[in-house]
Amino acid sequence: MRYLKIEQARLIDPSLQLDTVTDVYVAEGRIKAIGRKPESGVIEQSIDGRGQWLVPGFVDLGAHLAEPGFAQKGAIASETYAACSSGFTHVCALPDTKPVVDNSAIVQQILEKAQQACFAHVLPLGALTPDLAGEQIASMASLQDAGCVALSNARQPFKSSYVLRRVLEYAATYDLLVFLTPDDVSLSAGGSMHEGPVATRMGIPGIPRTAETIALAQMLLLVEQTGVRAHISQISCGRSLVMLRQAREAGMRITADTPLANLIYTDESVIGYNSLYKVLPPLRTEVDRQALLAAVNAGELAISSNHRPHDVAAKKTTFIDAQPGMSMFDGFLPLALQLVEKGELTEAAFITAVCSKPAAVLGFEHGLQEGQLFNAALIDPNQERCFRRSHLLSQGRNSPVAGLTLKGAATAVFVDGRKVI
Amino acid sequence: MSLPDIEQVFTELADNLKTYLKEQGIDDPLLVGIRTGGVWVAERIQQALNINEAGSLDISFYRDDFTRKGLHPQVQGSDLPDSVEDRHILLVDDVIMSGRTIRAAMNELFDYGRPASITLVCLLDIGRRELPIQPDLCGATLILSSDELIKLSGPQPLSISLA
Amino acid sequence: MTTNPNNVQLTADGRLKHFLTTEGLSKALLTEILDTADSFISTQERAIKKVPLLRGKTVVNLFFENSTRTRSTFELAAKRLSADILNLDIARSATSKGETLMDTLWNLEAMYSDVFVVRHADSGAAHFIAEQVTPHVAIINAGDGRHAHPTQAMLDMLTIRRHKGSIEGKVVAVVGDILHSRVARSQIYALNTLGAAEVRVIGPRTLLPRDIGGLGCKVFYKLEDGLKDCDVVIMLRLQQERMQDALLPAGSEFYKQYGLTVDRLKLAKPDAIVMHPGPINRGIEIESTVADGAQSVILNQVSYGIAVRMAVMAMAMSGQQQERNERAQMEL
Repeated sequence: MRYLKIEQARLIDPSLQLDTVTDVYVAEGRIKAIGRKPESGVIEQSIDGRGQWLVPGFVDLGAHLAEPGFAQKGAIASETYAACSSGFTHVCALPDTKPVVDNSAIVQQILEKAQQACFAHVLPLGALTPDLAGEQIASMASLQDAGCVALSNARQPFKSSYVLRRVLEYAATYDLLVFLTPDDVSLSAGGSMHEGPVATRMGIPGIPRTAETIALAQMLLLVEQTGVRAHISQISCGRSLVMLRQAREAGMRITADTPLANLIYTDESVIGYNSLYKVLPPLRTEVDRQALLAAVNAGELAISSNHRPHDVAAKKTTFIDAQPGMSMFDGFLPLALQLVEKGELTEAAFITAVCSKPAAVLGFEHGLQEGQLFNAALIDPNQERCFRRSHLLSQGRNSPVAGLTLKGAATAVFVDGRKVI
Repeated sequence: MSLPDIEQVFTELADNLKTYLKEQGIDDPLLVGIRTGGVWVAERIQQALNINEAGSLDISFYRDDFTRKGLHPQVQGSDLPDSVEDRHILLVDDVIMSGRTIRAAMNELFDYGRPASITLVCLLDIGRRELPIQPDLCGATLILSSDELIKLSGPQPLSISLA
Repeated sequence: MTTNPNNVQLTADGRLKHFLTTEGLSKALLTEILDTADSFISTQERAIKKVPLLRGKTVVNLFFENSTRTRSTFELAAKRLSADILNLDIARSATSKGETLMDTLWNLEAMYSDVFVVRHADSGAAHFIAEQVTPHVAIINAGDGRHAHPTQAMLDMLTIRRHKGSIEGKVVAVVGDILHSRVARSQIYALNTLGAAEVRVIGPRTLLPRDIGGLGCKVFYKLEDGLKDCDVVIMLRLQQERMQDALLPAGSEFYKQYGLTVDRLKLAKPDAIVMHPGPINRGIEIESTVADGAQSVILNQVSYGIAVRMAVMAMAMSGQQQERNERAQMEL
């Protein structure tokens, strides 16, 4: 047996109550031993983990990989590589590509590209309705067979409550997991940012919180009625958290995530009409941000990347005309670590929110345990990195860390035991 | 160099102007002072010679150095009767140097109408002409060295100092 | 706000180099605009209305949104400064063929212009253009989305100053569709900076943004309450489309509740003036008798508009020139 040894790293896996400095031995893609030297075998490679964290690989519940269809914005290869650089080993790919992921051929295409690239695992999310039009039921069973881990509406509306009900019922037939992003289009249409004092000053049509909460109410009630397994994607406001808590208290099994950007930025970032901060869901107020942070710290909420790369032209125009989205993978780790350093997130809550919680949503085993597949990241929280515009790993030209120097880097990332970074 | 007594220079200038107007047969001149120094001198002339009508000219919009210097922050505007058609104008400035201010003033006056005549009256001539423009009546001529500038204070009393 | 909008529109020593918004400009600077405009009014009243100030300069009217009246006053203002003027109706040309905003701008820069007067349907458009365009071009915002219409606000300030002596201590009411109004926002900032005692906004809830009070005004839903003892009443135009967007009932209810009639005007001070940015909708927001009445200064607003636009173009060009000279100096 030939081992990879990671020496004296601080192993952190809150799901196993693990936080200790020790050695890890990896072979055949799996963790063979933690804290004790295996009886036989030779150490082929040794990595010095002193002063660094070894955490389970991050699992992203929703990213736009721009392939197929948006070659000028990104590709599976570049985007998964960028994801790995921030410690991700698993990325759920949103279905709003061109064409939409509503048939098995496209799923196969995506999985092939991911395999060729050989970086993070790509977990395709299929579309709940053909072309994400919100009118009919997609071929859910085929999508599942082709490899979709869940089905999503990718923020697109359903024609009516009736259609949503039938879609959820059908998904429940196959015990499929559905990812629902709440957005009431009649309230959010025309809006470019959070509806509030900042939008009023800037004269920008806003998206009120009710655009999210009303759609969320509809979704929660229909999830309850149909009994489908559901996860709520991309929550942005405190009110939604209250509704989710109430649903859980009433016995519903429902999970949710919030994008990292909504834990860091608020609508004030838009001042000056900086189109970089035009995102969906919109960045809301400090009150919402604090509520989301508290929920993550309380273990109620997972964190997703909401990564969406764009080309220069998509953002280099008026705020209202700009396409929404932020390229999050390059800077995800240092930005998140800033929250930890400032005391806004605890270490344990952060790691839980990006590792065990998302893995639990998707239903796969993930953690630092003997026998487990080795999907992990070795992180130096103090290593400084300068994010030069010309050297960003994502093809997206809309990264909030471009030109900045930040602390926190993944010095090694392992996908199924293979060293990718 | 010694500076002349400005009040005395002014008195002589006013006397010469009185004589000039009589000789030219001008009995109802329009006194126009160029902001800001010329306005003070014009006010004093108006008092001394009992002239009926006086106005002021702000040449900010007619300067030839907008490209170099931009607009002066304190534009006050000109104050003239609607038409200067057929009027005998006494154009007054405190100091004449390059001649560009006078050129701008005359261009502006002609946008108000066609005067019968313009007589240029300056309190001081410090030379350094860049255009072929000369005062018809002048109080005193001063030769300054290249780095010296004159500063006029007023309106009562008028005095000069080197800046 | 944490980011000062003036980082874009002012030079290092506080001179205007673009005119994008009244927000954040000092009282001194706003007063300078009014004073400069005043001196241009006197040139407008004489036989030869031109001054040679911008001779040889090119002003481009870049209207992404149609507006004959605003465009023609800017055109007239440019001509009276002796500038050359180019009118570009982008609404009907290149960008409708799919050319991006940036490409339109780059093509225009190649034509060596000095001033762009920009009107655009997107809030923040003038700001964006000012940040993207080459350093020596002055951008004048002729209205961007719902955000700002600074030249209109300044001509309104000039009107108040000329008819009421000063803005200091006055109670000013702005009535109508504040939600969609860029003029109202610019007016509120200018009025507060110039010392108005109270700025009031009056309209139905559907036309008043919830956070508008934060800009520095008092909100009234009843016209009678808001008009009491006002020195100035500014009526905003109500677009008919609002009655189809589920913002107002159709028919005459708006006029019944918010129309400025002779009787309602009596609630304001007896010497109050009535203003309107135009074009007026007789019988919708204002009674004809009031629009044509002794207290109305609506027509004067139009003539002051040319003087104000001459003033901001001259000042912005002047600021650009200063910066250009400084840059040239530094390169020596």
